Amino acid sequence: MTAATALLLDVRDLSVTFTRRDRRDVRAVDGVSFDVRPGETVGLVGESGSGKSVTALAVMGLLPDRGVRVDGQVHFDDDDLLTLPGDRMRDIRGRDIAMVFQDPMSSLNPVVPIGVQVTEVLVRHRDMHGEAAREEAAELLRRVGIPDPVRRLKDYPHQLSGGMRQRALISMALACRPRLLIADEPTTALDVTIQAQILELLKELVSDSGTALVLITHDLGVVAGLCDTVHVMYSGRVVESAPRRVLFADPRHPYTGGLLGSVPRLDSPRGEPLRPIPGSPTDTLPWADACAFAPRCAHRIGACTGQAPALEVTGDRSLRCVNPLAEGEASPNPAVAPPASVAPEPEEEPT
Amino acid sequence: MTADAGAATGDVPLLAVHDLQVHFPITSGIILERQVGAVRAVDGVDLAVPRGATVGLVGESGCGKSTLGRAVLRLVEPTAGRVVFDGTDLQGLGPEEMRRIRRRMQMVFQDPMSSLDPRQNVSSILTEPMRVHRIAGDRSARVRELLDLVGLPASAASRYPHEFSGGQRQRIGIARAIALEPELIIADEPVSALDVSIQAQVVNLLEELQDRLGLTYLVIAHDLAVVRHISDVVAVMYLGTIVERASSEDLYAQPYHPYTIALMSAVPIPDPVVEDTRARILLAGDLPSPADPPSGCRFHTRCPFRQPTRCDDERPALREVVSGHAVACHWAEDIRAGRIRPSASAFDPSADAGRATPS
Amino acid sequence: MSLAEIEAETESKRVGEETGGSLGREAWKLLRRDPVAIIGFALIAFFVLVALFAPLIAPYAPDAQPGAGTITPTNIPGPSAEHWFGLDELGRDEFSRVVYGARQSLLVGVVSLILGMSLGLLMGFLAGAFGGKVDTVVMRLVDVMLAIPGLLLAIAIAAMLGPSLLSVMIAIAAVNVPIFARLLRGQMLAQREADYVLAAQSLGVRRRSIMLGHVLPNSVSPVIVQGTLTLATAIIEAAALSFLGLGSADPGVPEWGRMLASTQRYLASAPHLAFFPGMAIVIAALGFTLLGERLREALDPKYRR
Repeated sequence: MTAATALLLDVRDLSVTFTRRDRRDVRAVDGVSFDVRPGETVGLVGESGSGKSVTALAVMGLLPDRGVRVDGQVHFDDDDLLTLPGDRMRDIRGRDIAMVFQDPMSSLNPVVPIGVQVTEVLVRHRDMHGEAAREEAAELLRRVGIPDPVRRLKDYPHQLSGGMRQRALISMALACRPRLLIADEPTTALDVTIQAQILELLKELVSDSGTALVLITHDLGVVAGLCDTVHVMYSGRVVESAPRRVLFADPRHPYTGGLLGSVPRLDSPRGEPLRPIPGSPTDTLPWADACAFAPRCAHRIGACTGQAPALEVTGDRSLRCVNPLAEGEASPNPAVAPPASVAPEPEEEPT
Repeated sequence: MTADAGAATGDVPLLAVHDLQVHFPITSGIILERQVGAVRAVDGVDLAVPRGATVGLVGESGCGKSTLGRAVLRLVEPTAGRVVFDGTDLQGLGPEEMRRIRRRMQMVFQDPMSSLDPRQNVSSILTEPMRVHRIAGDRSARVRELLDLVGLPASAASRYPHEFSGGQRQRIGIARAIALEPELIIADEPVSALDVSIQAQVVNLLEELQDRLGLTYLVIAHDLAVVRHISDVVAVMYLGTIVERASSEDLYAQPYHPYTIALMSAVPIPDPVVEDTRARILLAGDLPSPADPPSGCRFHTRCPFRQPTRCDDERPALREVVSGHAVACHWAEDIRAGRIRPSASAFDPSADAGRATPS
Repeated sequence: MSLAEIEAETESKRVGEETGGSLGREAWKLLRRDPVAIIGFALIAFFVLVALFAPLIAPYAPDAQPGAGTITPTNIPGPSAEHWFGLDELGRDEFSRVVYGARQSLLVGVVSLILGMSLGLLMGFLAGAFGGKVDTVVMRLVDVMLAIPGLLLAIAIAAMLGPSLLSVMIAIAAVNVPIFARLLRGQMLAQREADYVLAAQSLGVRRRSIMLGHVLPNSVSPVIVQGTLTLATAIIEAAALSFLGLGSADPGVPEWGRMLASTQRYLASAPHLAFFPGMAIVIAALGFTLLGERLREALDPKYRR
């Protein structure tokens, strides 16, 4: 993505390997690159095993020191976040880059009142104290739509509903007006009507304050409504990237097409069968040797299992596939997956 | 297929629920516990499931749909009301009779990890129903047959649950549910714990099994799109009651109840053009506690169409507004006709204007 | 998602990794390659063998006094070629006494564990299986037992029954009953909420079969771990009670704790008298602790995917 505007976040060739005594290393993230411009909303879409959450943790420097190896570069302003010393990273975290996690109950300290958790951020990064901090905290809670914010400051997390807790988390994340907000499945644990509220809130806050947003999710519907650019991840690598409308109107990677074809839509005719992607996310080949998606791909050709497909960039799209979908081709998956022949062995070694 | 509770359609529905209530007592006290209140998880539900049909029960957390499913199987004891299975009232049955009837109604559970005993291998899991009910026959052949029906290889029989992926475990759970050749299967969130690409596999499997084995389904889920896809009739639940019930086509094409309207407008659709242009009705606030539900219409505290009269003191009955389509709202017809408009705060202003930043 | 969840997720990407078999079998595979567990097991095996073959290993009888004539309060010989651990204050061979002492410790440890575990697990099972009033009654009983300090209980028992090995065993068992009761009850209550229990109910499995065949086997792992660790503490507690004089006073039956007690006066001049029994206690307890800790990790549900 070559743009004249300076990039806010530039992730290049990020790899995260989990090393374990007695076990094989696991490459959770395998050479991922993407960038974020100021004010842009970027979506990282993938299922379990895609490495999307680990990517976010690596960018934020929240992975443990032991047992994890991180390679590549993460450029934010002029710094490479991966090489920053701990205290510099702590300055940036919360103030310039903030993160919102999936489960608000485990992200909030259950024994500390909400107000204190919010003011903690203000004390740390904006050097505010006492009454000034409390007033700002109440204002932040009000901005995210929590009714009666002054009283809420004294509440503990378990006294709030799931939606309220997520709002509180978002207010903490935005307390210092970060330039980048990373949201990892922020609404997955919430009911659909609450999810709609939270997504609206995020949209509004992001456009009001010009914060860039990296939204990590498995839900294509969420991405369709919110993101400017979408990167689809599979088994640790980005397999397709495109601007939002282009990706949904004209998906090229068989995985993207497969995902779109397998999700029932509220507005599509009822009679249409679902077209599932056969196999499961654990049926992969190592990226070093082949296309990881090949075992499940209905569009597979011989070259797919021979070598790793390279990422090709054309204009504002990129694609990692040697036999992509043709323009306008629908999902390549069978209309009704014949169960017996397609479902894999539990520990099948794909050939 | 329509499913009017209590209406004489000529066929006895396979499952009929009449004014079912499930209340969980809230107790307090140190030595002696007294009941001080109740969580009204299911608070008066009528539902009929015709033979061979798929009825979907949809709602958000706390609406009582899972409790309803369990109460039907008497895994949770109903506080009041009746559950009638193929003409037999389940309430009066003793343990032995109940055990016999259980053969005909089974459940598929949500969490593929916790619904299988980690210490049992697949063969043991699948033969347990046969052992319990003393069914004779070649058990290992039956295990192979069941595995084949759900699309798993025969080698799975000797393995343990933790050796499988989530989707495969769910298939094992389904195999267990059909082992006794039941007539009714209650699927409680059968796909919500699975990856998106696997959900479609399991949904298709359920549909195929229904055709092959002549099953009747009650599908409980919070994912409106999945429920709509798989069901003939859909009932929407809110805080322990059914607020709307219609065929799945009708429900989407013409939702009457404000909650249904809001629910549908909240579901994300993977199509940017639609997402940018749709009008969203946003609900304010959070779900009230089932221990202390609002008076009158349960939904009135969050309803964008709420009216000054009747809504807060009179509980609406589930009534037919159009043939085969029932709603529990005093003002349903007026809302649909446009005579009542939602309050301004319900609208999301940015949806109409399109996105602020170019994409 | 939490890091643990991400790790569990990435674990699932391992293709062709060695898995297979029940959880017990997988735990065994983990343990047999774990150096710490192997060391723990080796220590335990060593300790058990010494106890079993004491008469063959010890050069002298425990109450024989080969050096009686040469002992004075200020001159108690330390380790030498003839007496590896030296002599004690009565001229007895310390090495033989330490070796024979292993028998006592093992006996006390195992018997008190069996006693305590049996009663404790029975109580815990009843509370966990029946719930309701049974649970309340059993748990109040457990609360009462926990409220009594172990040491006071031991002294009271010794006062009633007279100081003896039996008193020590009963006292240690009594202290462990509430621990096992609570442990099993807690596990069972948690497992009862699992969906597989509901599934068994919906299949028509009888309540008793569910409790015994499903809930109990899944509640057993922490009990095994606790049992191993309790053996370690039982050895230490036995030594402590004997040290205080509550155990057997029979001079022909050496016990490490009592040996420590009788050497207090000689600590400055003959430290070897405290060192060897003390080390024996530490090593025996260490073996069980190491194995127990690794067992806990191996049986941890986190490893179940």
